[in-house]
Amino acid sequence: MIHSVLGEGVAALCCATALSDRGLDVEVIVPEGSSEAASRFAGGMLAPFCEGESAPDLIVAQGQAAVDWWAAHVPGVTKRGTLVVAPPRDGAELDRFARATQQHDWVVPGDLEPDLEGRFARGLFFPTEAHLDPRKALASLRDSLLAKGVTFRSVTPRGYVVDCRGLTARDSLADLRGVRGEMLIVHAPDVSLTRPVRLLHPRFPCYVVPRDGDRYMIGATMVESARPGPVTARAAMELLSAAYTLHPGFAEAEILELGAGLRPSFPDNIPAVRHVGGRSYVNGMYRHGFLMAPVCAEQLAAELAEIYAHAD
Amino acid sequence: MFYGVDLTSRLMLGTAQYPSPAVLLEAIEASGAEIITVSLRREGAAGTAFRNILSESRCRLLPNTAGCHTAREAVTTARMAREVFGTSWIKLEVIGHADTLQPDPFALVEAARVLCAEGFEVFPYTTEDLIVGEKLLEAGCKVLMPWGAPIGSGQGLRNPEGLRTMRAHFTGVPLVVDAGIGAPSQAAQAMEMGLDAILLNTAVAKAVDPATMARAFGRAIQAGRDAFEAGLMPRRDMACASTPVFGLAELA
Repeated sequence: MIHSVLGEGVAALCCATALSDRGLDVEVIVPEGSSEAASRFAGGMLAPFCEGESAPDLIVAQGQAAVDWWAAHVPGVTKRGTLVVAPPRDGAELDRFARATQQHDWVVPGDLEPDLEGRFARGLFFPTEAHLDPRKALASLRDSLLAKGVTFRSVTPRGYVVDCRGLTARDSLADLRGVRGEMLIVHAPDVSLTRPVRLLHPRFPCYVVPRDGDRYMIGATMVESARPGPVTARAAMELLSAAYTLHPGFAEAEILELGAGLRPSFPDNIPAVRHVGGRSYVNGMYRHGFLMAPVCAEQLAAELAEIYAHAD
Repeated sequence: MFYGVDLTSRLMLGTAQYPSPAVLLEAIEASGAEIITVSLRREGAAGTAFRNILSESRCRLLPNTAGCHTAREAVTTARMAREVFGTSWIKLEVIGHADTLQPDPFALVEAARVLCAEGFEVFPYTTEDLIVGEKLLEAGCKVLMPWGAPIGSGQGLRNPEGLRTMRAHFTGVPLVVDAGIGAPSQAAQAMEMGLDAILLNTAVAKAVDPATMARAFGRAIQAGRDAFEAGLMPRRDMACASTPVFGLAELA
């Protein structure tokens, strides 16, 4: 039987890949007029331990598989860890972050990122974490699927539906809500950072993820709202001033893109695989799409493969 | 206690910054709070999904005007909140300074006048200043919410003597310490002083285990209130032995 994966975001492409890896027949259905996947605006941080600051232990435990999964499927997974810093007067935030997370070392930030020398006296380093460029990673998954003969179509699904439509699936998942996120991409040749850096602040936290060509992704707000419109001035101001606090070179950066997306989220903010009404749903990625989509996809693929094994 | 509503719990909980709505609901449950605050300014009308989850807590909602910097903005937000939440309760917050988030007392009194005249039941976030408090009562407020310390700072009661004076001055007016409480002991201290309730958010939301911290605050606030009602012993300069010193047994 063919599996029709609905959607084009990280959940959909990971599911299609995991199913196809197990030798199952797959097609990807991107319904006409679907809204842009939230994954386009993701940071692409594979940072299970940092996320543990607010995410439940399950995310920390399961998310650790993400680095290897991505490295096995796409090029460009950079394993340089995550650096976490705070302005001197918010040093207490750093202590709190250390208390709430595992697998980190206290470091002098300038030793890891020379550009930060003299700016921060201490920081936390999470050596096992990694990052990737979400758009490139998705394009690369898509190319691999196409190369394996998986078709991408916009018409009616032909087989068993694996629904990964993100927030659009609100029509059948009543407890799905949108959490708005806003981000920027800048070109900042005056800044040289080689790994994701998180700046802690009680009100305006931000992270900066390096992309190629001196570009940096600066993110991201978290607003309990499903408003789809463009980035607000307030969000842009907050993110830019946080980035400037991290490195004054960001003041001279060129803003290449301002983006806003809605993170599909369940009430516990934990991504999940659900089987309802004769189809499977992989949804609720919240801010853990690149971290948890591979985990959910492998779980789903294993469950489906198991069913067929017994059916034979 | 508050505009004709009597409550069992003297803890009010803010709903921002939790790891997830599910954790928030657990924390509310564990705290025993019967009133939760909810903001509208940034989330806007499209925040329905989150607000629907809040309604599962069965708490009474106290919408706030967090994020407003002028009286006009606060009044508009309050009117919108009345429509969205169907309550005339409003926690009136007009921020005067971006760094300390300290209330702007002038704009606060101005907005309180407008809102009270429109039938709102206003909970004004204010300082311990007595004159501002009087003006707010004069405007029609029947509750005052003095700060403990700047919002989110966790400093506790920065000016306990000022709050004590406020308590003595406004007999019979419900006083809620709002903002700056970082530890259950600080909340208990305010309750022992005879203040009526505590509103807090960050200390619970940002705890490593929010539900357990919420329970700790609920208990501390109850303990502080019980102590106040039981009558605390006065401080003394000298030791005063609780057992007589005569007639002790010689055990050696």
